[in-house]
Amino acid sequence: MLSLISQHPVIASLIALGGLALLFGAVLGYAAVKFKVEGNPLVDQIDALLPQTQCGQCGYPGCRPYAQAIAGGDVINKCPPGGQSTINALADLLDVPAPTLDEEHGEHLDIKRVAFIREGECIGCTKCIQACPMDAILGAAKQMHTVIADECTGCDLCVEPCPVDCIEMIPVETTLSTWKWELPPSSKEVALNLIATDRGRGETQTTGEAA
Amino acid sequence: MTSLIKVFELPGGVHPPERKAQSLQLPLGRLPLPPELVLPLNQHIGAPAKPVVAVGDRVLKGQLIAEADGIFSVNLHAPTSGQVSAIEDRLLAHPSGMTGEAIVITPDGKDEWIPLEPCEDYTRLDHETLVARVRAAGIAGLGGAGFPTAVKLNPRSNFKIDTLIVNGTECEPYITADDLLMQTRAEEVIAGTLLLAHILKQPERLLIGVEDNKPLAIAALRKAAEGTRIQVVDFPTKYPSGGEKQLIYILTGREVPHGQIPASIGIVCQNVGTTLAAWRAVRYGEPLISRITTVVGESLQIQRNIEVLIGTPIDFVLEQHGFDASKASRLVMGGPMMGFALPDSRVPVIKTTNCILAPTKQELPPPAPAMACIRCGMCAEACPVSLMPQQLLWYAQAEDHEKLQAHNLFDCIECGACSYVCPSNIPLVQYYRAAKGSIRQHLAEKERSDRSRRRFEFRQERIAKEEAEKEAKRLARKQAAEEAKLKLAEKAAAPVAPVLAEAVAKVEASQPNPAEQQAKLERLLAAARNSLEHARQPLVPNEEGEVISQEKLEKQQARIKQAELKVAEAEKKLADFLASQSTNSAPADDPVAAAIARAQARISMSPEDKLRASLESLQTRLSKAQEKAREVQAEGSANAEALQQAVEKLEQKIRDTQAELAQLVPEAPAQATSSEADAAAAAIEKAKAKAAALASMSEEDKRAEQIKSLEARVDKARERLTKAEEENDPNIEAFRTGLAKLESKLKELTAPVE
Repeated sequence: MLSLISQHPVIASLIALGGLALLFGAVLGYAAVKFKVEGNPLVDQIDALLPQTQCGQCGYPGCRPYAQAIAGGDVINKCPPGGQSTINALADLLDVPAPTLDEEHGEHLDIKRVAFIREGECIGCTKCIQACPMDAILGAAKQMHTVIADECTGCDLCVEPCPVDCIEMIPVETTLSTWKWELPPSSKEVALNLIATDRGRGETQTTGEAA
Repeated sequence: MTSLIKVFELPGGVHPPERKAQSLQLPLGRLPLPPELVLPLNQHIGAPAKPVVAVGDRVLKGQLIAEADGIFSVNLHAPTSGQVSAIEDRLLAHPSGMTGEAIVITPDGKDEWIPLEPCEDYTRLDHETLVARVRAAGIAGLGGAGFPTAVKLNPRSNFKIDTLIVNGTECEPYITADDLLMQTRAEEVIAGTLLLAHILKQPERLLIGVEDNKPLAIAALRKAAEGTRIQVVDFPTKYPSGGEKQLIYILTGREVPHGQIPASIGIVCQNVGTTLAAWRAVRYGEPLISRITTVVGESLQIQRNIEVLIGTPIDFVLEQHGFDASKASRLVMGGPMMGFALPDSRVPVIKTTNCILAPTKQELPPPAPAMACIRCGMCAEACPVSLMPQQLLWYAQAEDHEKLQAHNLFDCIECGACSYVCPSNIPLVQYYRAAKGSIRQHLAEKERSDRSRRRFEFRQERIAKEEAEKEAKRLARKQAAEEAKLKLAEKAAAPVAPVLAEAVAKVEASQPNPAEQQAKLERLLAAARNSLEHARQPLVPNEEGEVISQEKLEKQQARIKQAELKVAEAEKKLADFLASQSTNSAPADDPVAAAIARAQARISMSPEDKLRASLESLQTRLSKAQEKAREVQAEGSANAEALQQAVEKLEQKIRDTQAELAQLVPEAPAQATSSEADAAAAAIEKAKAKAAALASMSEEDKRAEQIKSLEARVDKARERLTKAEEENDPNIEAFRTGLAKLESKLKELTAPVE
């Protein structure tokens, strides 16, 4: 063995390297089979960031299909319910620059809304129940329907099918348990407004900086 | 005497002007009863209490008016006797300035107590009873957080409590409520501490921590604590030593881990006011209906501590202290560091109100405009939790929740030390509060969206399942239709099986209730007869003088005829039914089997046999009909004619059938002679016909018939035997035994007749 190495160093090294290559190849091959990941983990990650309203405003039938589309290369600014924060999070995840929301797909509303059925007007047609992706509408044929506000994602999908237009979207009121402190005005704004004659110059200055 | 234990120094901290003297000049004051008391249902951390009184009820002082809704909730009691004037939404003492449900009591001035349940010796009561009493008294932490006290006194069994700390620190400027309480009620504080120690199963160390700026309180406590194992510990004044976790560190050197409670490191910490309230609840049975509050600020004429009923409106308190609204810069509940500006002076004093601060503009100027952070790091030096406030500020501005959490934002106690030292006047605490709020909101939204995802996925699954079920049903139907088609084709090819099945089904369908069917038929007959009678009634002119026309008469005749026909039909049906019943029951117990046999027989019959069978059945029907007709004629009933008709019809039918049979017969004999099988079938047929005839016969007739046939058979057998003897048949023995059998049978039959 030693004599082989000393007499044919090139062949010995080739054998050693070849042997290592085969060994690692076998290990990697085994790992690829043994630890194979089912599905695309990226889709799950994207899906976790989407707001799950299942509203379809992006043009896909639900959040997961859109997540799959993003993983397949679609743009990330098609989700109005998520708004800029979702776009930013997606951009962070995918390591791409964050675009602004594509207004074509709808407007982002800051205030969360839920569907509300004016129960006196409901005729019990069950059309909204079929439309609700969240099973958040309770009712039966010819019986009054009502929205389970806790489960409603405010996707709007039930408004369109209602034949008597008795569904409206009402903003969710802040309660004591959901109330939170507001961020104070940014110090930059406050500083700019310190001197009365400086007011309004902030905008031109910031745009100047941006340009 | 100095304290014997080592005191640890709090990292960071600030020394704001104390301004405590101004409220300590006057003794503890009391207020007259206010015109109304407003008691919000949520004065504590946790779920709001549930009202147990209705509007209009009279309540006594100390009566339970709202009960705790779960463990993390607190009872509420009436602070004085009076009437519940409303249960409605009122402005809350909350930074949001929101309204919340509150019970409003109009005092009646009598201040009448409900009967209380005092306890002379609490050591005889067990742990559960004592905790239950504290819980029943509605005590929440009076230091400011409002944590339900009973929960703290009942730590999880795996937490071994070795230290009880009573917090008399009161580090915030202006506030002296606990100071005065310790000065005036030191004995009760000590008794309360011993009580809490008893409830907590005697921890090793009992400490009362007081800052050294309250010498009178320390002296009073030490005097009261003589002879007990309670240690009154004084330590240098520094803000915020009074925070629970800060005081624990100062007195024990232990730090409460991130996200855990003091009990996890064996420590329970209670405010002195809470300790006193717990003592009074157990000793005297008094619920928590009042507290000591500091009313202070330069815009007031009188600055002092008062014992005030919970629910007293703050504007009433201010009015009693000569409040000058024009001088005040704002109204603060709590101290200047951690308190919040009240949105309105109509809010009530609640269980956590330790101070009402009404400063002038000089005293507490409005915050200066915030400027940019200069990264001086003074906030980090001041932070008692050793956080990095300026980093948190950046992340809060950028709304970088992950970084905020990584920098332990949730360990911030919002003490305000960083804001206090900030040279740029940045309202740091407000940033942290906002950031905490949005993180919590974000987490809640995340949870919601996860739930939404699960619901959506479940819905998708359900829809898919429904679709699959529908598809399966559709396939099953399709298959069934195909099978039916196949069957139809088979039937066309060989009608054997379906005919059999049909017969079985028919018998089975008709079988279950023959009695009912008979009754039905009888009803039908009765109805038909009725209508016939009706039709037969002589025509009466509707109006006098009207002549009954020929036309009308004809019509009536037609009607009668129709009715008669109906009656006949009904009768026939009934008769048929009865006949079928008797034939069914006569030959076999199992009508189904019989029907199968019959059907099989019919199938195997040749057309001639079929005709014969039908002829036989027709004949039996004819004989029955004739019988009935005779009967009816004898009675002289009106149906005779109809019956006669029916009989005629039957006779006609029989004639037809006979003619048909006659046509068939010419070919038949050839077949019959050629094949023995056919002859056998004919014999079976004959026997069957005979059996049918027998069924319709009377018992005697039957026997006579049988005898006759037997005699004939015996004769035949004899003939055969003689023939066999002549021919020397090998079967002669068999013939003989057969003859003997037949003879014995004949004898048997004839015997009873003779």
